[in-house]
Amino acid sequence: MTVETGVVTTVVPQDTELIQLLTPEGERTGHPDYPLDDVDLKGLYRDMVLVRRIDTEAISLQRQGELGIWASLLGQEAAQIGSGRALSPKDMAFPTYREHGVAWCRGVDPVKLLELYRGVSHGGWNPEEHKFQLYTIVIGAQTLHATGYAMGIQRDGADDEAVIVYFGDGATSQGDVNEAFIWASVFNAPVVFFCQNNQWAISEPLERQSRIPLYQRARGFGFPGVRVDGNDVLACYAVTRKALRAAREGQGPTLIEAFTYRMGAHTTTDDPTRYRLASELETWKLRDPIERVKSYLIRSGQAEPSFFDEIDAEAKRVGGRVREACRTMPDPAPMALFDHVYAGQNRILAGERQRYAEYLDSFGEGAGR
Amino acid sequence: MPRMGETVDSGTVNEWFKQVGDQVAEGEPLLEIGTDKVDTEVPAPASGTLAEIRVQEGETVPVATVLAVIKLQNGGVVSVITYREAAARGIAQEMRRDPDVIFLGEDIAAAGGVFKATVGLLEEFGPRRVIDTPISEQAILGAATGAAMTGLRPIAEIMFSDFFAVCWDLVANEMAKIRYMSDGQLTLPLVIRCANGAGVRFGAQHSQSVENWAMAVPGLKVVAPSNPRDVIGLLAAAVRDPDPVIFFEHKALYATKGEVPDSGEVTGELGRASVLRSGGDATILALAAMVPRAQAAAQRLSADHGIEATVIDVRSLVPLDTRTILGSVAETGRLFTVEENPRLCGWGAEIVSIVAEEAFGALSGPAIRITTPHIPLPAADRLEDHLLPSVDRITETVRKALD
Ligand SMILES: Cc1ncc(C[n+]2csc(CCOP(=O)(O)OP(=O)(O)O)c2C)c(N)n1
Ligand SMILES: [Mg+2]
Repeated sequence: MTVETGVVTTVVPQDTELIQLLTPEGERTGHPDYPLDDVDLKGLYRDMVLVRRIDTEAISLQRQGELGIWASLLGQEAAQIGSGRALSPKDMAFPTYREHGVAWCRGVDPVKLLELYRGVSHGGWNPEEHKFQLYTIVIGAQTLHATGYAMGIQRDGADDEAVIVYFGDGATSQGDVNEAFIWASVFNAPVVFFCQNNQWAISEPLERQSRIPLYQRARGFGFPGVRVDGNDVLACYAVTRKALRAAREGQGPTLIEAFTYRMGAHTTTDDPTRYRLASELETWKLRDPIERVKSYLIRSGQAEPSFFDEIDAEAKRVGGRVREACRTMPDPAPMALFDHVYAGQNRILAGERQRYAEYLDSFGEGAGR
Repeated sequence: MPRMGETVDSGTVNEWFKQVGDQVAEGEPLLEIGTDKVDTEVPAPASGTLAEIRVQEGETVPVATVLAVIKLQNGGVVSVITYREAAARGIAQEMRRDPDVIFLGEDIAAAGGVFKATVGLLEEFGPRRVIDTPISEQAILGAATGAAMTGLRPIAEIMFSDFFAVCWDLVANEMAKIRYMSDGQLTLPLVIRCANGAGVRFGAQHSQSVENWAMAVPGLKVVAPSNPRDVIGLLAAAVRDPDPVIFFEHKALYATKGEVPDSGEVTGELGRASVLRSGGDATILALAAMVPRAQAAAQRLSADHGIEATVIDVRSLVPLDTRTILGSVAETGRLFTVEENPRLCGWGAEIVSIVAEEAFGALSGPAIRITTPHIPLPAADRLEDHLLPSVDRITETVRKALD
């Protein structure tokens, strides 16, 4: 790997081990550490197709002015669905702002995600009910929350729960993330650090964050790190499942680096043509996470053409529902802004609330209330 | 053609006070513009010779039309640029002038900044001076501090001012105190730029106005420009200043335009407020994105209610131009602050307390703070708009108070 000060290109690792169970061409390979016999591959395929559809729908809704912004997961479906489906019902997930696939696995209605990006709710889902915390956009903070949550589980004495926390390659440069590694390590916390290395942090390539493969950092902190093909849903599933089991069994944290690619812009306000080459995207299209599963399902005779047609039809329905729900979302009531600032009322806030209500009323009968 | 009010899209040139070939001084009345709401004198944006009048008396033109060209003393002319272009220009001006100036931050080089406010700098100055850093705010500020100790003059960028919270140790405990704790032996001539404020629907963690955080720490200087000329001028002053300066750009202003001289250095001064309009009935203080709103409200107060207000762009919170502020309050007897920050401990609270201590006798009524309520900001456009002080709310608050 080389480091330059000017323009840099993504370097694909050569001498590092990449856990892969399904090749980009759709061939099943085995790995002694990750035996897999009981996996619902058709279900994983369905999940990936549906979340990609939701994502595509959200991007076009943003283009039409229905959403303020959207952070696309395009290209990262396998990393998110594979890891998300490896969670047991009691495991808690801490996401960034891009984990729409994991949200899907945790039963969060995609419409809730759109509410957030439309700006009509601050969060919206119940984190405990879904075992899926709120999106975190200040980079890295959630790794510390996850570590503390894992320490809480430890103190509850639970052995059937673990935590998974998502973050990006860029986030690994944050102090927070490194401190989370240290804490999880010395307290042996039941937490899996799931880093989606999508090669870019907005405009900055991986080489600006690290000179060694990210998973190798775990060693210095005193816990195992593995690199998995992030575009291989089976490998992501198997590796995450194993790491979560280890955490639940008291073996402490694992760092998983899911080697993948952000196929779209950072968010809908970003223009990647300013800083990266189109040829890079072409290379990664050949490693598409969905296509390889489809090839394998067809080749191994596990799915008929009608299966794929049904999924496509379902994707269309889900997309349509999300679109319709987004367009008809009610605006939040202005006075609701004053709720939940503190647990209770206080005099200053009550006064402000009162003045604000009077101000709104000055526009006419019950304006906007 | 300046925007004479938030809802005003055009204006008519009523009268030119100068003719082509005349000398004009910055701030001197140049022409009178009429809108359906009000007639106002417009000052010359720069000193020089009036080279060309492009819009004649009686003509009506849309906002942002070039009305005239002023040739500067050194032969340059004035042009209209955006606030974001001004940021890049201000940095470039200082980097050209002083090879010790370096610029570092996230996504600032190859991408030209997430707000496109630093486009072209990498191309002109190269990767040794314009540095895309890892996503580590503590390191950005800590390294800038260390670099400043070697005699460099770093300009560091924190992408959103909200992220000061991630690296505040380096600001509040380190850079603010190093001169003091080294008995003046170490000096840190560095600037931290950041995008501050609301109005672009980024929600509770990307929209805060946090200039009061910085104002509360002894050892830091704090400025917040409201227009492109001040972006360049105050940035120059900040870079040349021997102390750490926190430079709050306002993200809702990046697309706004203003006149700046085409050539020659643009400079400014820390610690000087700018009086934008004079009136005897009230003093309205504003900062950054609240400045155009305060101006529009003042015009409306004048046109619709016969109230004449002085509008002051505070610009520099530390040092604070108390002379200008106290002087104006002495004349008008009424003080209003227009603050985007949540209510408790906003910069206006400090100014009101200074006025209460030093000019209590001059006040003919209570000082009134117009602020955002003390709550986090939502992402929804309509709600965000309602919460921030608006032209309506400023106008109504002042009108009622003076009733
Ligand atoms: C503390 C902090 N610094 C900077 C940012 C601005 N920012 C938002 S996303 C991002 C890049 C993150 O990259 P990565 O961790 O690789 O995640 P990805 O977006 O690629 O999923 C940055 C710098 C932020 N949100 N929080
Ligand atoms: Mg990334």
